[in-house]
Amino acid sequence: MSQSYDRGTIEDFGRWKEFSAGMWAWIFHKFSGWVLIGYLFTHIAVLSTATQSPELYTGTIRSLESLAIVRVLEVGLLAVAVFHILNGVRLLFVDLGVGLEAQDKSFYASLVVSAAIVIASVPTFLAGAF
Amino acid sequence: MSTEVKEKETEQTETESVESSHQSRRMEQKRQRASQRDLEEEAREEIDDADETIEIKVFRFDPEVAGKEEPRFDTFHVPFFKGMTVLDALIYARDHYDSSLTFRHSCRQAICGSDALFVNGTQCLGCKTQIADLEGHLNSTIRIEPLPHQEVVKDLVVDMEHFYDQMEAVEPFFDADELPDGELEEQRQDRENREKIKMSTRCIWCGACMSSCNIAAGDNEYLGPAAINKAYRFAMDEREGENRKQQRLNIIEQEHGVWRCQTQFSCTEVCPKDIPLTEHIQELKREAVKNNLKFW
Repeated sequence: MSQSYDRGTIEDFGRWKEFSAGMWAWIFHKFSGWVLIGYLFTHIAVLSTATQSPELYTGTIRSLESLAIVRVLEVGLLAVAVFHILNGVRLLFVDLGVGLEAQDKSFYASLVVSAAIVIASVPTFLAGAF
Repeated sequence: MSTEVKEKETEQTETESVESSHQSRRMEQKRQRASQRDLEEEAREEIDDADETIEIKVFRFDPEVAGKEEPRFDTFHVPFFKGMTVLDALIYARDHYDSSLTFRHSCRQAICGSDALFVNGTQCLGCKTQIADLEGHLNSTIRIEPLPHQEVVKDLVVDMEHFYDQMEAVEPFFDADELPDGELEEQRQDRENREKIKMSTRCIWCGACMSSCNIAAGDNEYLGPAAINKAYRFAMDEREGENRKQQRLNIIEQEHGVWRCQTQFSCTEVCPKDIPLTEHIQELKREAVKNNLKFW
């Protein structure tokens, strides 16, 4: 809305310490959504250049997997995807009008469950990376 | 406080001679006494007497007065008493320190919806927010600001015009398709339907929800939680009839209607009347879908 003066960070992310659960859920959902879209396009780009021959494909995957940064990013990708799925389920319930009074708890639950899944996946993703 | 003192003065002047020729002279004397009476000194004494004091930091801004056009914060020390609300603290500061401190208030009991403020980073009603409930109220400063995302007129007073426009856009009045035949016949509502709309009828038009809404901040055309809740209140009222409900759904299902809501729950968090706003918006979304998807 129009402002007669500049209120600085009062009206944007400057208030992040005062955000409530629903707001954080929205921010994380947006963020993870954009990350997933970004990943989707890189994924398509890498695969479409690597599917020329079986040797090229294996070579591409092997060279990618040999990079430590890619291994770490894979954990990040899993974290983002799992949270987006779980919060998506939460939003589905919100859309259906089920359990709206527990929306903050379901957000915390989706955070905890994604954290658990991500931590459990670390050995698999990072085995032999360092 | 100051009002009590004024009453005493009036009594004094009344006991003096009542001759009208002396009227103007007495009024002049009264004015002088009032100006001599040091309200700040009074406040200092009261603060010394008080067991606890609080510090409020109030947003100040007055575009019409030279030297006050720059937004700034003023700090006031206020004696704390049990049951003190944010509005009480503001009234104390205005009466004792700075009579130019401007804020809206009327009923002081959370029903007029005048004093929605931004206290310590959340929208709330000044008269409903207990100072004792604010975290660390005795050690830290209580920050009081006007509602965000609304144009500030002066100090804590914001321009509510846009909010009222959005409220009126949903035609917030009961308008039944058919009126009963008999002149004295009542339009009965069954208990279940009344329960369904009960919470939505409690809106006091304070604008806290609209101010907290991230989407409304970025989209001036978005109806906002309060207006959609108002639409819900009438669309769900079974006494209005199918025709009217259809018209109401046509209003809310437009591009800047219910579909802008992204379920951040900010409005539901801040509503001083505990209206489940998000729930109502979501229900209207489902109604709108059902209205347009017909397979039978």
